[in-house]
Amino acid sequence: MRAYLPDYQCSSAKSLSEALRLLEKGARPIAGGTDIMVLFDAGLLAPGDYVDILGLSELKGITQKKNTLTLGALTTYSEVRQHRFLQTNFPILCDGAKEVGAVAIQNRGTLGGNIANASPAADFPPALLVYEAKIHLVSTRGMRTIDYTKFHHGYKESELKKDELIHSVSLENQLSKHHHFWRKIGSRKAQAISKTMMAGVLKIHKNVVEEVRISFGSVAPTAVRCTEVEKFLTGCALNKNTIREAKQILLKDIHPIDDIRSTGKYRLVVSQNVLEEFLCGIG
Amino acid sequence: MAWVGKSTLRKEGEKKLRGDAKYIDDITLPNMIYGVTVRSPIARGVLKGIEYLPGVNWSEIVKVTAEDIPGQNYIALIEKDQPYLVEKNINHPEEPILLLAHPNKHLLEKAKTLVKFNIDPLPAIFTMKESFAKKEIIWKDDNTFKSYAIDRGDVQAGFKNAKFVFEGTYETGAQEQLYIETNGVIAIANETAGVTVWGSLQCPYYVHKALMPLFNFPPEKIRVVQAETGGGFGGKEEYPSVISGHAALLSWKSKLPVKMIYDRMEDMSATTKRHPSITKIKAGFDNHKKLIALDIDFTIDGGAYATLSAVVLSRGTLHAAGPYYSPNVKIRSRALATNTPPHGAFRGFGAPQSLFALEKHMEFCARKLNSNPAIFRKNNLVKKGQLLGCGQWVKEEIEIASVLEKALTVSGFQEKRKRFLATNKNSVVKKGIGLAVFMHGAGFTGSGETFLSSIASVKATAEGKIEVLTSNTEIGQGTNTIFAQMTADILKIDPSDVEVVQPDTAHVPNSGPTVASRTCMIVGKLVEQAALDLKEKLFSIQLLNKKHTRKEFLGACKKYIKDVGELKGTSQYKAPPNVIWDEQRYQGDAYGTYAWATYVAEVSVDTRSYTTTVDKFWAVQEVGKVINPTLAKGQIIGGVAQGIGYALYEEVVWKNGKMANARMSNYIMPTTLDVPDIEVHFTEMPYAYGGGGSKGIGELPLDGPAPAILNAMEQALGIELTQIPMTPERLMAKMNENSL
Repeated sequence: MRAYLPDYQCSSAKSLSEALRLLEKGARPIAGGTDIMVLFDAGLLAPGDYVDILGLSELKGITQKKNTLTLGALTTYSEVRQHRFLQTNFPILCDGAKEVGAVAIQNRGTLGGNIANASPAADFPPALLVYEAKIHLVSTRGMRTIDYTKFHHGYKESELKKDELIHSVSLENQLSKHHHFWRKIGSRKAQAISKTMMAGVLKIHKNVVEEVRISFGSVAPTAVRCTEVEKFLTGCALNKNTIREAKQILLKDIHPIDDIRSTGKYRLVVSQNVLEEFLCGIG
Repeated sequence: MAWVGKSTLRKEGEKKLRGDAKYIDDITLPNMIYGVTVRSPIARGVLKGIEYLPGVNWSEIVKVTAEDIPGQNYIALIEKDQPYLVEKNINHPEEPILLLAHPNKHLLEKAKTLVKFNIDPLPAIFTMKESFAKKEIIWKDDNTFKSYAIDRGDVQAGFKNAKFVFEGTYETGAQEQLYIETNGVIAIANETAGVTVWGSLQCPYYVHKALMPLFNFPPEKIRVVQAETGGGFGGKEEYPSVISGHAALLSWKSKLPVKMIYDRMEDMSATTKRHPSITKIKAGFDNHKKLIALDIDFTIDGGAYATLSAVVLSRGTLHAAGPYYSPNVKIRSRALATNTPPHGAFRGFGAPQSLFALEKHMEFCARKLNSNPAIFRKNNLVKKGQLLGCGQWVKEEIEIASVLEKALTVSGFQEKRKRFLATNKNSVVKKGIGLAVFMHGAGFTGSGETFLSSIASVKATAEGKIEVLTSNTEIGQGTNTIFAQMTADILKIDPSDVEVVQPDTAHVPNSGPTVASRTCMIVGKLVEQAALDLKEKLFSIQLLNKKHTRKEFLGACKKYIKDVGELKGTSQYKAPPNVIWDEQRYQGDAYGTYAWATYVAEVSVDTRSYTTTVDKFWAVQEVGKVINPTLAKGQIIGGVAQGIGYALYEEVVWKNGKMANARMSNYIMPTTLDVPDIEVHFTEMPYAYGGGGSKGIGELPLDGPAPAILNAMEQALGIELTQIPMTPERLMAKMNENSL
């Protein structure tokens, strides 16, 4: 452990309002800690005040009201992957949660943390983008709701203010006639951070695309919705030529780079291949 | 022979399972403080000064620089080139410059960040090519730690007579050992008591040798004790001399016991790794596809200091021609300096590198000659009465041909080859099967064992136990268990009567380092001979009949101790007869014996993601007598997993000589999900000069997997692959290049 412990203060919040008051005073939140503790161990976490929010019941649980499903920010990957209704109606979220780290990480890591950390390689955002989730943010000033598509601004930058917590995420169940697709390409079968990953939903009628939503992670500063590809494919008959063209148009939506885990070239070609797999598998 | 050949339980297994085993970080001494190393941020330069920035109370912190060294500032190994602490010249990133100690280990982490080194940078070199071209001279006159030349027959004439000649170049990358327990020691050093070090280490007497000049102390004032050790794989062969010296220097200055434990990032970025290599091979064949000329040029990257590079190079050179016969052989090899942390010992020790190249080239030649890879190899295997590449006569019948045959049968090699060729046509996931045929010499090279002249002892105690005294360490591979089995058989007692004494240079003789499978083969034999020596003492005064029971033996021991005194048998290594090694020509009996093996890999390559999965693996080998089948099988399986990592996953990403991915999240080792079912088959031909009849086994599983896996990928894809690790990124580049 390379961090100097006395440079960090961490208090445990008893209630949401207490946590929000501490945030207002400059404390930073820690939930499952699966991202923060890695930085801490490496001596890379900024010293200062932290507030442990993992015990806050206000941010826990998955609830269903008519067609709307709400997932508290402290919902763990394990809870997501084991949730029957999610498995049936939002399978991409479960598939994504299943491939995160290993079981110990899945038991500890949270939906809110995965979003707040704002890594382009995070496993939930592509699914939330195609499911057009709404995200609810809370602070001492009250609650506000925004479309998840507008949440991420850039690399490690988001709509979340310093005194705000992610409260929950809600999903509308309207995709029962759609095909759902998830593919993560990592460096090994488990305990891997993605090199590229794709979430997709598709509704076709007589081989013509009625609706399609596609998003990728790890190939741009944030997870991205592929609006150009979607625009092209909508109303289009799926065949060899259109799929080939869609792969070309994908270059407008994603901008992968070289880093320690892979190369931009690899990410690009494999993303195209994954898109092809998605469209071929259904078309 | 009652116990050898049985899977007796691990001697220390229960202690480890219960969590009772004491690893170095479990040990705390009174008044003990902690030490850390502050390292060079750059690859090469001249140290001008050290600044201590405000933020901690520096007067509380013990500081050690090169000036504080009481003796000589070099790490005694082969050369005296590597300092314990930088005096002026910095030669690699992470080179130790300053040591700090304090009772609060967390404070030290903060203090580390407040040290500023003023360094005048110098141009550095990072590749073997730059080093060979002498772009900068960074080590002695020519950047060359060591070079070897082997010339046998007339290679030029051989190529002239050859009907077919093929050339190829092959590259292997660095690999991190990734033992579970990182490097760590506790040291006490002062003028009166001398130096004592407890540590996680493979070779207590290497550390002993290194600490003597550091403190200018005679041997009796240095004591090195091995604590329970969580894996080594060669990574704790020479490196513990460094961390032990550092902790001892901090103890010397602070007058307190000092503990130093590296965290994973420091262990990965600062300690030794497997040497990267480049091999060029030219092979000539007659019209019967028989190998008649072999020209090999083998280069390894040694990093900034010599460490063990000369010996790693030697083993790589002597294995470079593989298990094949060629009348004409020329080998040139060299270990070069670069401004990266020194590379060092790692399971296989040079042989995995040169054998990878050879087995890739044999595959290439077979394809060019339109031959079946197995039949082609079989046609060229060395036989009794022929010479190996290093000029060693094969004096006895060897099992390599039958091992190859068995591997083909158990894996269904030929049938699958045909089947995959047909089924691959219409699938995006292509299947392939490939093999590698190879050998590995156990024990030290050439006259190394004679030079070491190792000693082992077996002693009876008044409490009725039999103690085995060697400096060979249990590092997870089973030393305690196999020594107990071998001793029990000689003395006709139970392994539970035997206690393998904790290696402590104050109490155990120097039986040499724990490397190269020599613990089982060489030292095992010494232990058996020491046990015979002990028994002889009982026979000589008629305390025991030759035909005796366990009870009679233990009774006789007690009586001897009571009536005569200490009862101890000792033995010292003597080379087997007719082992002749010519150091000048670098030819002859390079190793007392070889283990022979054929490994087969079956793979799937997904042509959409360029990822390769090893679906099934067969490891077939002749290893002399198998001492403990469970442990032996475990070594092969674990080693093959490590070999799969070497072949496909484990890539050290270098940035200006520094490891850029020194974390387990981005240095990718295979998990259990990436490792297939591994079938292990042993053929046994007991070796008369090996403990219990054994040869070496530990290194085989690092030699075979990489070439077997890449050969399987080649069959799946129909392209040529010459480099490891063959990551998906590299494979994609290769496939696109080939499709152009």
